[in-house]
Amino acid sequence: MLKRSYFSSTYLPYLLILPQTLVILTFFYWPATQALFQSFLLSDPFGVKTQFVWLDNFTRLFSNQLYWKSIGITFFFSFSTALLSIATGLLVAAMANRALHAKAIIRTLLVWPYAIAPAISGIVWLFLFHPSFGVIAFSVMRWFGIHWNPVLDGADALFLVIIASAWKQISYNFVFFIAGLQSIPKSLIEAAAIDGASPLRRFRVITLPLLSPTLFFLMVMNVVYAFFETFGIIHTVTQGGPGGATMTMVYKVYKDGFVGLDLGSSAAQSVVLMIVIVVLTALQFKYVEKKVQYTG
Amino acid sequence: MKHRQLTFVLTMGILAIFLASNALAAPIDIQFWHAQRGPRADTLNKMVDAFNKSQTQYLVVASEKGSYDETMNAGIAAFRSNKQPHILQVYEVGTQTMMLSKAIYPVYDLMKDTGHKVDWKSYLQPVLSYYVASNGELQSLPFNSSTPIMFYNKDLFKKAGLTGPPRTWDEMGEATAKLVASGAEYGMTVAWQTWVMIENYSAIHNLPLSTKANGFDGLDTELTINNPMVVKHMERLKTWMNDKRFTYEEREYKGPEAAFISGKCAILMDSISAIGALKKNIKFDWGAAPLPVEASMKDPQNSIIGGASLWVLKGHPKNEYQGVADFLAFLANEEMQILWHKETGYFPITLQAYNKLKADGYYNQEPLQEVGILQMTRRDPTVNSRGIRLGSFPQIRDVMNEELEMLWQGKKSAKQALDEAVSRSNEILRQFEKRSQ
Amino acid sequence: MVEKTPWLDLLTYTLLILGIAIVGFPIFYTFVAATLPLEEVARIPMPLIPGDQLLVNLKTAWIKGNLATQMWNSFIMAAGITVGKISVSMLAAYAIVYFDFRFRKIAFVSVFCTLMLPVEVRILPTYEVTANVFGPIQRILEAFQVDTLIRFFTGNRFKISIELSLLDSYTGLILPLVASATATFLFRQFFLTIPEELCEAAKIDGASPMKFFTKILLPLSKTNIAALIVIDFVYGWNQYLWPLLITTNPKMMTAVIGLKRLIPQMDDLPTWNVALAGALIVMMPPVMVVLFMQRWFVKGLVDAEK
Repeated sequence: MLKRSYFSSTYLPYLLILPQTLVILTFFYWPATQALFQSFLLSDPFGVKTQFVWLDNFTRLFSNQLYWKSIGITFFFSFSTALLSIATGLLVAAMANRALHAKAIIRTLLVWPYAIAPAISGIVWLFLFHPSFGVIAFSVMRWFGIHWNPVLDGADALFLVIIASAWKQISYNFVFFIAGLQSIPKSLIEAAAIDGASPLRRFRVITLPLLSPTLFFLMVMNVVYAFFETFGIIHTVTQGGPGGATMTMVYKVYKDGFVGLDLGSSAAQSVVLMIVIVVLTALQFKYVEKKVQYTG
Repeated sequence: MKHRQLTFVLTMGILAIFLASNALAAPIDIQFWHAQRGPRADTLNKMVDAFNKSQTQYLVVASEKGSYDETMNAGIAAFRSNKQPHILQVYEVGTQTMMLSKAIYPVYDLMKDTGHKVDWKSYLQPVLSYYVASNGELQSLPFNSSTPIMFYNKDLFKKAGLTGPPRTWDEMGEATAKLVASGAEYGMTVAWQTWVMIENYSAIHNLPLSTKANGFDGLDTELTINNPMVVKHMERLKTWMNDKRFTYEEREYKGPEAAFISGKCAILMDSISAIGALKKNIKFDWGAAPLPVEASMKDPQNSIIGGASLWVLKGHPKNEYQGVADFLAFLANEEMQILWHKETGYFPITLQAYNKLKADGYYNQEPLQEVGILQMTRRDPTVNSRGIRLGSFPQIRDVMNEELEMLWQGKKSAKQALDEAVSRSNEILRQFEKRSQ
Repeated sequence: MVEKTPWLDLLTYTLLILGIAIVGFPIFYTFVAATLPLEEVARIPMPLIPGDQLLVNLKTAWIKGNLATQMWNSFIMAAGITVGKISVSMLAAYAIVYFDFRFRKIAFVSVFCTLMLPVEVRILPTYEVTANVFGPIQRILEAFQVDTLIRFFTGNRFKISIELSLLDSYTGLILPLVASATATFLFRQFFLTIPEELCEAAKIDGASPMKFFTKILLPLSKTNIAALIVIDFVYGWNQYLWPLLITTNPKMMTAVIGLKRLIPQMDDLPTWNVALAGALIVMMPPVMVVLFMQRWFVKGLVDAEK
């Protein structure tokens, strides 16, 4: 996309884009190339002995059941996290939009978690849900007689990281929804009310369709968030366990490379992730370009 | 490009300028990266300060680089970029990787080259043997070493009518049954399950953990933990789990320790380094005893250690290694070892320090501290109990943990879980073998 | 609203309170833990009524965690990343939207690709570049045998070695994390919504491109900049693995790392009260930024997204 009216200059645009280019070339593309290169190598962690193994790392990766399991977990985890945080965010935003009192306080309280480091929120959630000393775990087990044990039970652990990850993202979704809701003309809703449409029906027929671009945008952003940015939460809460039940693809890159020191496999996984990113980027690009109507 | 080089060095950066202006007459920095936190880091810093005050030539700079794997990776990343510290603390499971790395300056050679005469015989052999190469030379200096023992809740034992801690696993079965019957929520639990229930169980019963003398004799080693004895042991734990005689709290220590401290669980198997935390938190009467053994094992072997050791990395000027060697020798002296042991509970590494502590009557005041030492030194190490030399050991521990968790969840039988652990680990070992050639 | 719906209003507030309770509970819990003495916080389950030890715990955390230095470092890092990202990407977005040049499309797509890959995933190679920023150049020189070439001409044995290490420096903490596309993308989206007439008018008035940028685009972008300040400051402040890896000097540590160090370890007392008091301190600056700027934050995001 380019403006219809633009400046022409032979050197200025290059100068303007230079800092950005330098930074991404040095700190993104060069390391990424290194990772690509590394994915064809088998080497000891210190880089003393290195051999070229062609696609060995990739075939090893894709013939490994656990990698497929990790892919499955990643998708399940990402979509559950996205759905949960979007649904909660939307519900809370819709309610906050209806509320007439204490608007500023409500908003403030709801935006707060956005600022908290994943590492910190992971600690807090672990503190709440740990089967031996967590207060929520304690109450759940005592009151409902549910056997809750994220340390041993993979499903419980996955549930815990989904909740912790979704929690952090509720604020983000809330902000977008509240802004979207505020931009819906009041007159439209009032007209429907006069026609006798119930509040729920009004929400379904008017509000939701008008929010759908926001909804779709948030779906993409949330999946991306769950894919890539939940590293800190998984790292502090479960470290991918138990039995690999919370081993997402990003965490596996870290775990195999950093803890396992299997740099070749880790690099191969980075390459797979980069491909996923390119696809996601292309999809989002297409969607964003289509959805947005530029004025002027 | 060996002689008559014309070297153009463009050095920039504040740091470089800063260093250049301070280069004159300043002591030589010795970088020491470690993973100790909290009170242990305090003790470590005391030792470093003591060294720095004892001489003026060198200045040891200790920096904490996070958890054990974070510290090891910081070292690796730095080595790859030629920015490595002189001394790097690495956990025991990283031993094989370090030994084969060609990035290290073996401690034995370092001491010899710098004129330090060390009588390696005067060290606690079960501690040393974990870090000795096949040629009998020490590769890294043991620093924090511990071994697992058993802690038990004397109040609950009294309630159950038990007079002393169980010595055999059969007695353990009876004792935990009585404990549960008399109102304890759970009988026993374990921290660091793979280390205690597989690695140490094997060592104590003189079973190989893997072929090729636990990996000491070759990279083509294969895990053997699916042997009948370990399988039976795990089956037994699983049946105990069903009637609450055993509970699994988590891989590491927090859950198991919390269960023991709160009185929920009557017996805890955990590292001796837990003594400090238990002392501070426990409100009831408790004691410590060696890990139980099978009744068939008349003379149980020594248990093996866990913890970390100090590795010296290559690539620094010769004069700096003199300082490194002086510092390591300083750490191993009697006074420092006694300080370290008293404040952290980790083993002293020399016999002198241990004997001095004994002579001073320290273990009469702190009998708990000696349980581990006695268990670890009760017999001379065999090929099965001198240590473990597996490549990618952190990953293998992960695999063992994952498979044990499958067993506890009831998704696999003990045999299936251990078979699977063996075949998955062997794959990892082959990969390690391939990349180390 | 035109109608009276008491039941729905009740439901609204009930759900809102429930929502706030769910969102706020972990934070409330952190706060309570930070106000308790050690014996209380170690109780299972921990009580939910605040104690009176807040100041004591805050002080202990502040001193024990050496938070003064670390908060300052975190602030420099977060601020540096914020300023760096915003300025670098605003300039780039300006070039992409307002100029027609040959590599325009490639430039944008190549920036966009950096959107998602977190630093954790490419951490080793990124570390290597940071340890020597000229590493890539050196490798390229080596690959082309420049040494040999020069030797051929001069007859001297020659070794080119250029090195600049960013380890243990603010630059090293900041610069690699400036490489991100979110800001470029947001600015691009926003610039595209600015009426064409503005640029036309500026051109007719004979304003130079840079003048148009500083006098017109910059003021117009205020809300976007505000939104990005929030996003990037929070991002920079909350980094964990990167600062951990590249800082060795204790004087360069950041607050999140310092906080991790306050978390009770194996043989410590379970001083969760101090750790969580530390958490309160460490989360305060980004929370402040979010709270003070939330109005613009919302508006800025919506403007750009529209």
